[in-house]
Amino acid sequence: MELATTYLGLQLSHPLMAGASPLADDLDKVKRLEDAGAAAIVMHSLFEEQIADELNRAMLDVETPEESFPEALTYYPKREDYRFGPEEYLEQIGQIKKAVSIPVIGSLNGITAGGWIDYGRRIEEAGADALELNLYQVSADTEETGQAVEDRLLAVVRGVKKAVGIPVAVKLSPFFSSLPNFAKGLDAIGVDGLVLFNRFYQPDIDVDELEVVPRLKLSDSSALLLRLRWLAILSGRVKASLAVTGGVHTGKDAVKAVMAGAHGVQMVSALLKNGPQHLAQIRQEMADWLETHEYESLAQMCGSMSLRTSPDPGAFERGNYMRTLQGRRT
Amino acid sequence: MTQRKLMTVDGNEAAASIAHRLSEVIAIYPITPSSPMGEFADEWSAQGRKNIWGIVPEVMEMQSEGGAAGTVHGALQAGAMTTTFTASQGLLLMIPNMYKIAGEFLPFTMHVSARTLATHALSIFGDHSDVMACRQTGFAMLASGSVQEVHDMALIAHAATLRSRIPFLHFFDGFRTSHEVAMMEALSDDDLRRMIDEKSIEAFRERALTPDRPKIRGTAQNPDTFFQAREAGNHFYRDCPGVVQSVMDCFAELTGRKYKLFDYFGDPAAERVIIVMGSGAEAVHETVDWLVDRGEKVGVLKVRLYRPFAMHDFAAALPQSVKAMAVLDRTKESGAVGEPLYLDVVSALREMRQEGTSPLADDPTIIGGRYGLSSKEFNPAMVKAVFDELQKEAPKNHFTIGIMDDVSHTSLEYDHAFDIEPDDVVRAVFFGLGADGTVGANKNSIKIIGEETENHGQGYFVYDSKKSGGITISHLRFGPRPIQSSYLIRQASFVACHHFVFLDKYDVLGYARPGAVFLLNAPFAADEVWDRLPREVQEEMLKKQVKFYVIDAAAVAKQTGMGGRINTIMQTCFFAISGVLPRDEAVAKIKSSIQKTYGKKGEEVVKKNFQAVDETLANLHEVKIPDRVTAKRVRPAIVSSGAPELIRNVTALMMVEKGDALPVSAMPVDGTWPVGTTRWEKRNIGLEIPVWDPAVCIQCGKCSFVCPHGTIRTKAYDAAVLNDAPATFQSADAKGASFKGLKYSVQVAPEDCTGCGLCVMTCPAKDKTNPRHKAINMAPQRPLRDQERENYDFFLGIPYPDRRELKMDIKGSQLLEPLFEYSGCCSGCGETPYIKLLTQLFGDRTLIANATGCSSIYGGNLPTTPYTTNDAGRGPTWANSLFEDNAEFGFGYRLAIDRHREQARTLLKRLSSAVGDSLADAILKADQSSEAGLAAAREQVEALRKKLVGIDQPEARRLELLADYLVKKSVWIVGGDGWAYDIGYGGLDHVLAMGRDVNILVLDTEVYSNTGGQQSKATPLGAVAKFASAGKEMAKKDLGMIAMSYGSVYVARVAFGARDTQTLKAFIEAESYPGTSLIIAYSHCIAQGYDLAYGVRQQKLAVDSGHWPLYRYDPQRKAAGENPLQLESQAPKIPLADYIYNETRYRMLQKLDRERAQGLLRAAEEEVQQRFAFYEQLAKLPGSGPEKSETPKKTTREDG
Repeated sequence: MELATTYLGLQLSHPLMAGASPLADDLDKVKRLEDAGAAAIVMHSLFEEQIADELNRAMLDVETPEESFPEALTYYPKREDYRFGPEEYLEQIGQIKKAVSIPVIGSLNGITAGGWIDYGRRIEEAGADALELNLYQVSADTEETGQAVEDRLLAVVRGVKKAVGIPVAVKLSPFFSSLPNFAKGLDAIGVDGLVLFNRFYQPDIDVDELEVVPRLKLSDSSALLLRLRWLAILSGRVKASLAVTGGVHTGKDAVKAVMAGAHGVQMVSALLKNGPQHLAQIRQEMADWLETHEYESLAQMCGSMSLRTSPDPGAFERGNYMRTLQGRRT
Repeated sequence: MTQRKLMTVDGNEAAASIAHRLSEVIAIYPITPSSPMGEFADEWSAQGRKNIWGIVPEVMEMQSEGGAAGTVHGALQAGAMTTTFTASQGLLLMIPNMYKIAGEFLPFTMHVSARTLATHALSIFGDHSDVMACRQTGFAMLASGSVQEVHDMALIAHAATLRSRIPFLHFFDGFRTSHEVAMMEALSDDDLRRMIDEKSIEAFRERALTPDRPKIRGTAQNPDTFFQAREAGNHFYRDCPGVVQSVMDCFAELTGRKYKLFDYFGDPAAERVIIVMGSGAEAVHETVDWLVDRGEKVGVLKVRLYRPFAMHDFAAALPQSVKAMAVLDRTKESGAVGEPLYLDVVSALREMRQEGTSPLADDPTIIGGRYGLSSKEFNPAMVKAVFDELQKEAPKNHFTIGIMDDVSHTSLEYDHAFDIEPDDVVRAVFFGLGADGTVGANKNSIKIIGEETENHGQGYFVYDSKKSGGITISHLRFGPRPIQSSYLIRQASFVACHHFVFLDKYDVLGYARPGAVFLLNAPFAADEVWDRLPREVQEEMLKKQVKFYVIDAAAVAKQTGMGGRINTIMQTCFFAISGVLPRDEAVAKIKSSIQKTYGKKGEEVVKKNFQAVDETLANLHEVKIPDRVTAKRVRPAIVSSGAPELIRNVTALMMVEKGDALPVSAMPVDGTWPVGTTRWEKRNIGLEIPVWDPAVCIQCGKCSFVCPHGTIRTKAYDAAVLNDAPATFQSADAKGASFKGLKYSVQVAPEDCTGCGLCVMTCPAKDKTNPRHKAINMAPQRPLRDQERENYDFFLGIPYPDRRELKMDIKGSQLLEPLFEYSGCCSGCGETPYIKLLTQLFGDRTLIANATGCSSIYGGNLPTTPYTTNDAGRGPTWANSLFEDNAEFGFGYRLAIDRHREQARTLLKRLSSAVGDSLADAILKADQSSEAGLAAAREQVEALRKKLVGIDQPEARRLELLADYLVKKSVWIVGGDGWAYDIGYGGLDHVLAMGRDVNILVLDTEVYSNTGGQQSKATPLGAVAKFASAGKEMAKKDLGMIAMSYGSVYVARVAFGARDTQTLKAFIEAESYPGTSLIIAYSHCIAQGYDLAYGVRQQKLAVDSGHWPLYRYDPQRKAAGENPLQLESQAPKIPLADYIYNETRYRMLQKLDRERAQGLLRAAEEEVQQRFAFYEQLAKLPGSGPEKSETPKKTTREDG
């Protein structure tokens, strides 16, 4: 079965890839992903805050105690090669590139203009084939309008696009007043791909300790539904290629995503749960499904169930709500 | 001649650079001030730097200097080029091997940064008492006086030992030279190759032990031959000086720098000569040049090769015209005719006169004098005084110079104003705050100026003995000639004060010469700052007509994202206004240096620093000084007027860096000082302090429990007390049935709190409607200072509750008076909460034996010490013996106390009828296992004393002296992991095996903290430390398990941040256990690399991850048929990574070598799981039953 797809201008033998996760931290796992047939691998995100904090922390923790007490002028071995910034991230890209032949997509996460954007260039220099920019935006400012948020994010994307020559994908959250309009804005900047969606760290509350506790549960197939809707809405209406991330756990999930318009299918939770080799299984399930249903190729079904071409476009809009309510009533 | 590289380095690096390139094996043990030499060697080997033979030297940190010396000896016997670095006590531990190495004529060079030996006190600073204790070992001794000489002599020593077969001790002055930063011409590998005689190496290799050519060494010899054999190698010593001189001559040919065994400088027809070695010789040389220019007939003889003492070369080097000589020794040899160098000079000249070989026409007058002990200042004014003394008809012999001896009247007077420093040398003095990076920036400035301009630079740095909030004073010189001034600057052309509050304490302007530039970092605008200065400072500025500049560096740092680091900003100011370099050139050089330093570390850092430089120039302002004093305030008193006389007259001067002015009569003769002196030193270093909200507080006492500084305290008291309370004093109704009707307060010592924040992080009580607000919250100190000072004074006056009535839970323990307070430990220290707890629980009957290390520094470093007394005048009594012997030292306490007690009981029995049988019986049978029992025993002893007064028998007098020993005494042996796991382990193990009633507290930071982060056997697998820069591969030694294997030792492993109740229980049980107890206490530490406010959280993670299992092993449980081991933490429940990667010691490896870090993490995870499973199995074993159990014999109580 022909599963080939083009994502971010990269020719991939099939759409399944490892999404941004700690999987890429471990060279051994990276190799196992390649062995399992992953079409590409996305690095975990380098956060804007991390870039600044790493520098500050390393300076604070290492340099501040120095030269103040006569018996201990330093506390750590002096290693010229000890870098304060997140340079090991860049090295990891280089090492992954050396270890495997599949495309490697670097990942940056940030929402304000700043020096960190330059790391996009450095990720490119380190050998990444593409860059995924994660716009992890949580609006908490009562004074900042939705328009201002979008303008700021677009400016960040513009900055990153300017800094790099490799394709840039933007990973989005679903929380925009008009996602298609924002996507259009990104399209205008020349973004090469959109990744739907970010899975937020959801703060939980510890009622005994009166503390906010960050939680991130692994996804299941139910998370896919939200993504299917927006893939379907955007499919064919933006130049950028589309990828899904969140909720793909079975071959059928992958089929749905592609039908809704995904050119790339990212998996994280399923691989964390079942190990890198699970990707091969999903690929097989997807191929089998296509085979069973007598599809000629993956391309044939890509976007087939989008807003533009699905037999029931209303279902992706308000109609779905109506139907669900009705369904409950009956 | 080849062009060599000029480098700005310190003396330690200058020595290590040679030693590393000429060695195959380097075995060391860290000791101040030599530690950096070993660290340099380790770093270079870690980087793969090779020696001149193309091999990377193996650098090994051993468990003690004794171990290092043994390793050295072995490596030499097996034919490896070997070196070591050490000082002071460490050198003493090497002496046994030094005799062996010399006796076997093994070519070997050791480098020693000479440091004071501990006598009445420990001192980390420099003098020759350590090296002089080795002059009888048979080692050749070569002295250096400057950084360049250290580099040169290091090579000369390595070359000469090979040719002479005599091992060399190359030494230079600790701190003054080892830590002085100066420019030197670096010797290349080719230079080294040219100086080293390969044939001698071959011969050395051939002599090595090998089974291919077997031989035997280290035999035992008998009266028949030992003596002759000892004389058999005399020719090596006879030839050695000639060998050294020929090596020096080769060196001169190679480099142009000429050295002689004894180097004379001065007037060839000098009549007065000073003989001296080490850095002091540089100050003398400089003074001689100045005096000779002014027509004085003086000179200096620098001793280079001290052993073997080549007397004919010595005499030949002296001008024949000499009439009077002063021999200066940087050591004291009590009871001797004179100090060593003096004795050598006298006997050499006497011997030559006797044999008729003296070249001197006359018989000159020779006097000996002591100078510079423990890095005491030795400057041209003092040199001049010695020359003046030599002019007298009857000069004082055995004099001292640099102090005022008003007791034995040994000291020479000198003119403090005498100054010979030339005007073309820029002299700058900087007052920095410990953590602000001032010293680092200054070292960088010397590098910039030294290496990129025609100027020579020199830097010397004076540090505080306090580990937090301390002061650093940097002395920098820049000039057109190499700088010989081996002494502090007194008349600076540039003075910078990097912390405004220093002006209230230190005489900063005292360092300024008239017309100097004065730079002040102040949180005030240029038009406001003058009026903020105290009167004394304004007066001095007017008197000296200084040029005054001000910058708000903290604001610039904040604005440019530099956090609290003002170093780059202040450095930029220095370059901008000192005139050392044109401003633009200087700024360009700073930026290029920033690029060099941080380029590899990350571009963001570089950018930030650049921005800081630019903003600095925009924010630096000159202040026009008015023509008169306008100040409305004077400097606050150093200590309060209520302080005892000794504090006011002696300690106060030491607090403000004026201790040099104290005369001998002010000093105790035997190193004994009063306790409880930190309370007089109000340091005000906390920018923020905790503020209590009684409405939210649940009165758990945890804030006080975790406080490392004894500065947040709790009390429960009668409501009537509040009648006299200051208006802002806060209190609440005490919670809990046993406190019914009482009031409760949490109070902060505002001027002693360091603002570490541990208490606030620990506080579990949150406001229900605003959980961000806790029962204690940090707030700026300054606005609260006066009010809280008054509140704290009032709080201290509230009586403590009756110990007998307190329940010993966390809350109860924190109502006890801490007898350890306001120590100079790091802000947020993880060790001191344990010590404070110890003093709260048992302080009034405790003797502490303290191993050298952090705890001996914050516990016993002058000027002020933290152990204190309660109202009854009782409290911990404390002493430090050495690093290596602390277990035995404390054990000695126990033996003595037990004998005293035994004797007291015997006397009491004998006097039973005289004192009253019932009283005697009550005392002899007293149960002192509870607070009530102890209080009763004290009362009984008091009654006994009253009775004894009326008994006219010698035994009654003897019992009076010993009666206090009838009340239980608690012996605590305290130290860090370096002591317990490494250097003191042998002794510790022996004490564990002896079963006597001592309590051992190991403050385990998992690294040598005090000497700056070297690995110990407590360092965990995967952590980076010095000598384990690629991450430690071996797991941490399980000291608790080893102790448990005796079956008779009470062992507890605790972490107060994880489970405070378990810690408390362990302390109480350990103390009450009538045998040996060992508590291994997790101590978070600055050397682990994170903000210590999170120390408690990290402790919890350490336990939750399984890294630090909590347990108590109580042998007494065996009596009840129970398993003695109680495992008190659960199986690892969070990934180890969640704990370790919060700390730099682990994160560093992640950044250096991700894969290795992952591998070590996996190994560590496995180790943690296995160890826990092992403990779990042990803890689940069924008890052995009462009939099989054994409890140790009670050694502190008898049955009647």
